[in-house]
Amino acid sequence: MKQATHSPSSDAFNLVQALKDAGFAGMVTFGLCVPIVAFRAEQDMANKLVLQQRWWMALVITGLVIVSRLLFSLHQHSRRNDHAHQKSAAFAGILEQIKPFLAPLGFGFITIYPLVMLAMHGPGGSIKWIDNFGIQILIYVMLGWGLNIVVGLAGLLDLGYVAFYAVGAYSYALIATKVIPETFPFLGVWAFWICLPISGLLAALWGILLGFPVLRLRGDYLAIVTLAFGEIIRLVLINWVDFSNGYAGLSSIPRPSFFGIPFNASDTGFAAVFNLEFSPIYRTIFLYYVILVLSLMTAYVTLKLRRLPVGRAWEALREDEIACRSLGINTTITKLTAFAIGAMFGGFAGCFFAARQGFISPESFVFHESAQILAIVVLGGMGSLFGVVVASIALVGGIEILRELDFLKEVFGPTFDPSQYRMLVFGVAMVLMMLWKPRGLISTRDPSMIYKERKAISGSMVQEGHG
Amino acid sequence: MTMPLLTIEHLTMRFGGLVAVNDLSFDVHRGEITALIGPNGAGKTTVFNCITGFYKPTEGRLSLKHPDNQTYLLERLPDHHINWKAKVARTFQNIRLFQGMTVLENLLVAQHNPLMLASGYSILGLLGSKSYARSEKAALDKAVGWLERINLIERADDPAGDLPYGDQRRLEIARAMCTDPVLLCLDEPAAGLNPRESLELNALLTSIRADGQTSLLLIEHDMSVVMAISDHVVVLDYGVKISDGAPEEVRNDPRVIAAYLGVDDDEVAAVEAEVGL
Repeated sequence: MKQATHSPSSDAFNLVQALKDAGFAGMVTFGLCVPIVAFRAEQDMANKLVLQQRWWMALVITGLVIVSRLLFSLHQHSRRNDHAHQKSAAFAGILEQIKPFLAPLGFGFITIYPLVMLAMHGPGGSIKWIDNFGIQILIYVMLGWGLNIVVGLAGLLDLGYVAFYAVGAYSYALIATKVIPETFPFLGVWAFWICLPISGLLAALWGILLGFPVLRLRGDYLAIVTLAFGEIIRLVLINWVDFSNGYAGLSSIPRPSFFGIPFNASDTGFAAVFNLEFSPIYRTIFLYYVILVLSLMTAYVTLKLRRLPVGRAWEALREDEIACRSLGINTTITKLTAFAIGAMFGGFAGCFFAARQGFISPESFVFHESAQILAIVVLGGMGSLFGVVVASIALVGGIEILRELDFLKEVFGPTFDPSQYRMLVFGVAMVLMMLWKPRGLISTRDPSMIYKERKAISGSMVQEGHG
Repeated sequence: MTMPLLTIEHLTMRFGGLVAVNDLSFDVHRGEITALIGPNGAGKTTVFNCITGFYKPTEGRLSLKHPDNQTYLLERLPDHHINWKAKVARTFQNIRLFQGMTVLENLLVAQHNPLMLASGYSILGLLGSKSYARSEKAALDKAVGWLERINLIERADDPAGDLPYGDQRRLEIARAMCTDPVLLCLDEPAAGLNPRESLELNALLTSIRADGQTSLLLIEHDMSVVMAISDHVVVLDYGVKISDGAPEEVRNDPRVIAAYLGVDDDEVAAVEAEVGL
């Protein structure tokens, strides 16, 4: 075995060994499946427990494990082979060639995406595809890009990012449902456009408020305090009923208007003004473009800031805080700006979220959201904007796709609901990522300033920050 | 004797019951290289950390007098003002470069404060103003100038963590120099260098002195460096100054020899009498 690894080309695939491994894995799986999967106690109509036997399911799972184990052996074998290295080098070469076209192609695709969906599925069927996939993914892309400033660039681990999302959403909901109707009712149709900057600024303010107590904390301690901050905001929203209406949440939040023209069936509505037949799809498409523009603004500002002294100071802070202090960088201000700007984009996204849903409650701002946004940033590769997009599509879109896999019902029976397994898939995806790409999908860092030649910096060189 | 640039008076630093530096006073003169030497654990790095604001001294006064007669009391300044306002820069015993950033970026981070002003605290920079573009160009030119001076221009776009050890040492010095210091504090700049690199370092340090803008204070164990380039040597042992003067005087001082080499048992009484213990 040892010799075989020394001379990879002479390393023949050991089928017997691979089958043995696969058989063993299958036995272990089957052994585990007998008590967990094969027998199931269920209540019947008369509320009696009935023992169901599901041997076929245990066999399917065992089969899957055996096949996976075989594939894994095959993969390890090919990794040892020179031939495979050449193949992956060729693949990298192709990737390098198509790289310049990737951004314009992707950008073109997301720009025409709602129109394509409209053409494919009609006004009724396309809402799901534009809203559940397009808008949902873009919200997470924007949140990921916002958190990327704090975690990816400044290296401050923030587990409570959803708090700023909540601040943005509640700012819009409260101002639009309570303040504007009482003070300036004529501004009603413009509520979203007025509240968008206010929500961002309020979230930034809360970012600074969070920033102050955590300035002296690093690493795990910082993560715990930010986590607690997220919970505090949620618990205040639940318990301060007079302010936020508690668990019941806030409803009938005004929807965004087309720059003053509301999307409704009235004579002054969008459809009537533009001589179209009324359909809710117009609002959905408009919302899609709003969040697209908001996300692109986030990306633009992030890219710009990275090339400015403040962005370079964030990255320097992530690399070595003590060296930053020795160079006269005010680390307090630098950390606070990272928190504030990251929070501001969270606030914008929250404002949009409230306007899109029309109803918000503290249930939307649980820790799971923070974890998911952080997972997107980590999975994408810390600091990489493109990685965040890929990770959002994989995590958010992937989970939505699970709902669409109806054919699985024919395999596992009509009661099988694939979306119930989303956390399992999520977990497995995370484990696999950590094994194969521990620094995220895009693990190289792009320098902020070039002298002669642009060279990507390997992720192993870049520090992750200590908080 | 030139004007003192930095005057350290009665500096004491205690960590709980441990007295790391005890009632230390010495001057760093303008346009000179001052070496701070002493056996391991003598408190040299503690003195550095007090000067550069990483520690707040328990007692004592550190006054820095700029050429324009502006005086700064270093022990009272917030730590980032020590570099930005008082213009004291430092390097570290264990090199602290921004390893994941390129060599060029390292030198640009060092020019953070002037660039921050030029970018109107990022607002002008975000709007793409011409004046910021000019300042950025000037910062780039300065960085390139230093890279040419330390022979690292070919590696400007490589990550700093990829450089060999000796290059990292020189880059750290260049990074500190990019902040336009009046006083540059070097913590063991020759540690881990081979004899050739050590000579290059001597040349770099003497050329910085020759520029006339920056005075140097260095901690060093390598006596070939200390004796070759320093104008003034201060010797610490157990947090106390035991000798202070020109390199030749210090080299022959019996207290210094006793601190470094120890003495034979039968000579202890004689040396103790001589040094007044």
